[in-house]
Parts: sequence; C-alpha cells; structure tokens
Amino acid sequence: MADQVLDAKGLNCPLPILRTKKMLKDMPTGATLEVQATDPGAVKDFEAFCRTTGNELVEHHVDGKVYYFTIRHTG
Amino acid sequence: MLDESNAKSMSIIVTKGTLDWAYPPFILATTAAAMGLEVTMFFTFYGLGLLKKDLNLKVSTLGNPAMEMPMGGMHLAMPNILAALPGASALTSSMMKDLIKKKGVASIEELRDLAVEADVNMIACQMTMDLFELKKEDMIPGLTIGGAATWVEAATKCDINLYI
Repeated sequence: MADQVLDAKGLNCPLPILRTKKMLKDMPTGATLEVQATDPGAVKDFEAFCRTTGNELVEHHVDGKVYYFTIRHTG
Repeated sequence: MLDESNAKSMSIIVTKGTLDWAYPPFILATTAAAMGLEVTMFFTFYGLGLLKKDLNLKVSTLGNPAMEMPMGGMHLAMPNILAALPGASALTSSMMKDLIKKKGVASIEELRDLAVEADVNMIACQMTMDLFELKKEDMIPGLTIGGAATWVEAATKCDINLYI
C-alpha cells in the first residue's frame, strides 16, 4: 500500500502530472504515492516525469480503464 | 525550488491570444515547472491579452481550414466560408469550452493560476502595453514588465527556447 493516493481519474494532460508534483512536494523523502489516472498518455508522461525529476517509478499497471502508478518521492 | 541535479530552464515567447493558441504555452510551462525546470514566459502582441485579469478567450476559426470539431461520432469541418459568418467564432468557442470541460482538460485560467503558483516568471512586453494601451491594473499581479532585452538575457541562460 502506498502512503498516499491521488485520484486523477477523468483529468487530462497535464493535470495528472501537475497534481502529482503538488502532492509529492509535501511528502517526506522515501514516501510513496499511488496515482490513479484514466489518461492513456499518462504512461509515457509518468515515465518521463520520474526520469527527469529523479523520483522513482516503483511500479505501474493498468486495470480496465484505470492506470495505476506508484511513485517513491526521491527527487 | 530547483533540484540541484536538474537545474534546467525553458523560455517561451507567447504571441497569440486565442483559446486554442493559449494552451500550448501554458501546458508546457506548467509541466516544465512541475518537472523542476525554471520557466520564463514572455507575452507579446496578442499573447499579452492572456495576462488580463478577466479572460474571455475565443477560438480562431477564420484562416484555420484544418479545424474539425467532434460531433456525434463525426467531425465537423470549418471551411473558411463558414468560419467568416457572423457568430461562427462565438459558436465554435462555446463548443470548444464544453468539450474542454467534458474531457477533463484544464481551463486556461486554471493553468495560468498553476503557472503563477509554480513561480513561472511572466514577462509582459512593455511595448505591447503601450501600443494597445493596456494598464498594469488590467493585468494579473506579479508580472515583470520588460522588453526584448529582458527575454534575450533570460534566453541566453535557457536550455530550451520556444516561440509560440
């Protein structure tokens, strides 16, 4: 289980990324955030976001129409 | 604000003030800021209107033959002869705003607030303000008022410079 959950379902680019950044900023280093999104572009975008910011994309998977990302705040 | 490991920066010259042209600069600026970049936006000519306190943006239908709006599973083209009709721009703009809401796309006002919150450096072009007789009081607070040299100085230090 992630420490916090962000429901970004129904939001389109770039809102899932912007909301994620906002939440990560207030989380302690090492804490994990689960992001739920329905934007199919989110997969590429979260990979790029994590590579660029140095946060760790621990895992991601899709279940039906929802994409789940677990991100560890290390950036 | 910046990660020491990723001290990159981006500047965008914003020259257009219609609803459709307002999206790329604000989406890129907010996303880059979220990814740790230092962002500068330089608003000039019609782009300067995007800094007014009250926005009522319209889509540019005329001279935009590539425009198609989704409608009932089809796509409605907008030939110039139709786009020139009175009310075409208002109608398309309200259709676009409905779609924006329906598809979970942020409004320009929302993206602009997020850009301000993310400390994006916004420069309003002094010459354009004089030319179009716009006052500082008409614009959102926190702007830098400057000219071409202000942008050039910022751009020489940026990794990415865009003109939109």
